[in-house]
Amino acid sequence: MSDTPSPDTQTLTADQAKPAPPPPVKHRKKEARSASLWSDAWHDLRRRPMFIFSLVLIAILLVMSFWPSLFTSIDPFDARTCELSTARQGPSPGHLFGRDNLGCDVFARTIYGAKNSIIIGVATMAITAIVGGLLGLIAGTRGGITDTITSRITEVFFAIPSILGALLITATFRDAELGIWIVVFALSIIAWPMTFRIMRAAVITARSQDFVMAARALGASQSRIMFKHLLPNAVAPVIVVATINLGGFIAAEAALSFLGVGVQSPDISWGLMIADARSRFLEAPLPLVFPAVFLSITVLAFIMLGDAVRDALDPKLR
Amino acid sequence: MRKTSLDTLLAEGGRSNEPLLAVDNLHVEFATRAGLVRAVNGVSYSLNPGETVAVLGESGSGKSVTAQAIMGILDMPPARIPKGEIRFHGTDLLRLSEEARTQVRGQRIAMIFQDALSALNPVFTVGWQISEMFRVHRGMSKRDGMKKAVELMDKVRIPAAKQRVNDYPHQFSGGMRQRIMIAMSIALDPEVLIADEPTTALDVTVQAQIMELLAELQRESNMGMILITHDLGVVADVADKIAVMYGGRIVENATVHEIYKSPAHPYTKGLLESIPRVDLKGQELYAIKGLPPNLLDMPTGCAFHPRCPYRQDNCVTDVPPLHEISGTRNSACHYWREVLDGDQR
Repeated sequence: MSDTPSPDTQTLTADQAKPAPPPPVKHRKKEARSASLWSDAWHDLRRRPMFIFSLVLIAILLVMSFWPSLFTSIDPFDARTCELSTARQGPSPGHLFGRDNLGCDVFARTIYGAKNSIIIGVATMAITAIVGGLLGLIAGTRGGITDTITSRITEVFFAIPSILGALLITATFRDAELGIWIVVFALSIIAWPMTFRIMRAAVITARSQDFVMAARALGASQSRIMFKHLLPNAVAPVIVVATINLGGFIAAEAALSFLGVGVQSPDISWGLMIADARSRFLEAPLPLVFPAVFLSITVLAFIMLGDAVRDALDPKLR
Repeated sequence: MRKTSLDTLLAEGGRSNEPLLAVDNLHVEFATRAGLVRAVNGVSYSLNPGETVAVLGESGSGKSVTAQAIMGILDMPPARIPKGEIRFHGTDLLRLSEEARTQVRGQRIAMIFQDALSALNPVFTVGWQISEMFRVHRGMSKRDGMKKAVELMDKVRIPAAKQRVNDYPHQFSGGMRQRIMIAMSIALDPEVLIADEPTTALDVTVQAQIMELLAELQRESNMGMILITHDLGVVADVADKIAVMYGGRIVENATVHEIYKSPAHPYTKGLLESIPRVDLKGQELYAIKGLPPNLLDMPTGCAFHPRCPYRQDNCVTDVPPLHEISGTRNSACHYWREVLDGDQR
């Protein structure tokens, strides 16, 4: 359970934890509650059913990614488990989700495919949130020439058609033997300007409010204003967009794999499975439906998590 | 530690007979797309410990810009300070480094704002925000900072401070929020407190309570206070001296008593006459005719001449100097004698 919060929330907490580390849990019971934004948010989150539910789902998915053999005894990387003669067979005992075009067990492949899909989705989300968020925070706070330069750079990236750009990047660096990380790299390059834009806009809105001027008038330094006053007030929309994007990244991975530049066979990912099953979808829909359902549940879990975190960070909704 | 280094810094430039804070011939201008806006044109006033100077004027008269220049929280650019000095214990703040100024802000000179809801950070509890002052500037632990926060909340008379220390700003009423803002600003015992329209966003009964609180805190700590307001009623009770601003200039400087007894500038006179009075019930309320000057296109001569009932020909061409009427008062009107005489009711 403890390793379950998404990397996104973890890094944001890390930003905040440095100047004011949240006190140990036992303190909280004794003196009402501690008064930091993040510990208050955590206190609030623990009582939200939606948060608990999404956390349990994400925990299951993570266990599935890293210890897939707990869920299935079949090793899909062993070619002997596939039998061409049983291709596209429906569900049967021992093969709950049936078999795919090559006669391999769909359940085992779905379980083993979680790892690549989740790593790509979460890593891309984390990179875009951190890079785009940090640059957006700096551009929004500083304004002026810093803002102009960074904004013009993001516009260059916005001009690249997303799939075409990712295709180009993955195709260019194909020989670098980076495995799935080439997909993470390509998607991050394409997607960070969106997070940047959202963070920058939110920071600019927050910056013009009186409390920023009041903080300056009471002697707060520039970096303190940036991380203590602007960031917590601007982070909510970034969290929402990051979690929604996560689903998009897993889907984009599927698209790239489908185009032949993403995850490569014999490696397994949900996107690859969907792409493979697509050609015979009308005869055998199940090899497509199962990975698609898992993908939807994963996306849903992260969106619910993001929603709950955003609500918890807004004191007025508490 | 920090405070000592700043003290030496301030002592180096300090002269013994200097007032606590002196604004001297301050000019502030803003470069905008429409042109250069001269928001403050040679404002001077001084403040001694325990004294309250009220800066009076309508919107756009430059009173808040002057305060922000003292605090050093103007955005530069677009703002520029081409001329003038702001001396704190004799040291010109405008010539200090940014680090030194950050140490003055909050610790030596603090400010409270008009709208306390937007001046408090909505995502942190009030206790966190008050204790931040002690944690950042005094290196206190979180726990000690919170204790001090409760003490301060008691001091500004927030009921049940201990229970409310972990509440958020939106859970407080307007008057209570302003009290929290005051608690934050007096946390480090500043020598000067600038209150920028502290009661404008509050209803009348709460206004009186807040002014009373400020006056009491001032008596306890002997700090100097600059009270920026457009409310003559607020001024009468608490201020010692009044500086009336119009179009970025001080048009009249006097003690409270002198101003209320007999104003020496037609603008001040107009302001006093436009206060509703019980004995004039039923009659039409007096209003100064016309509009405040456009800072992009200031009238020639005296800025007040288009609205002035005492206007003569030379008002259109000559900028009136600040005439000294007595040791404590000045008026920037060519015809201050006539204004004074006309008011001997």
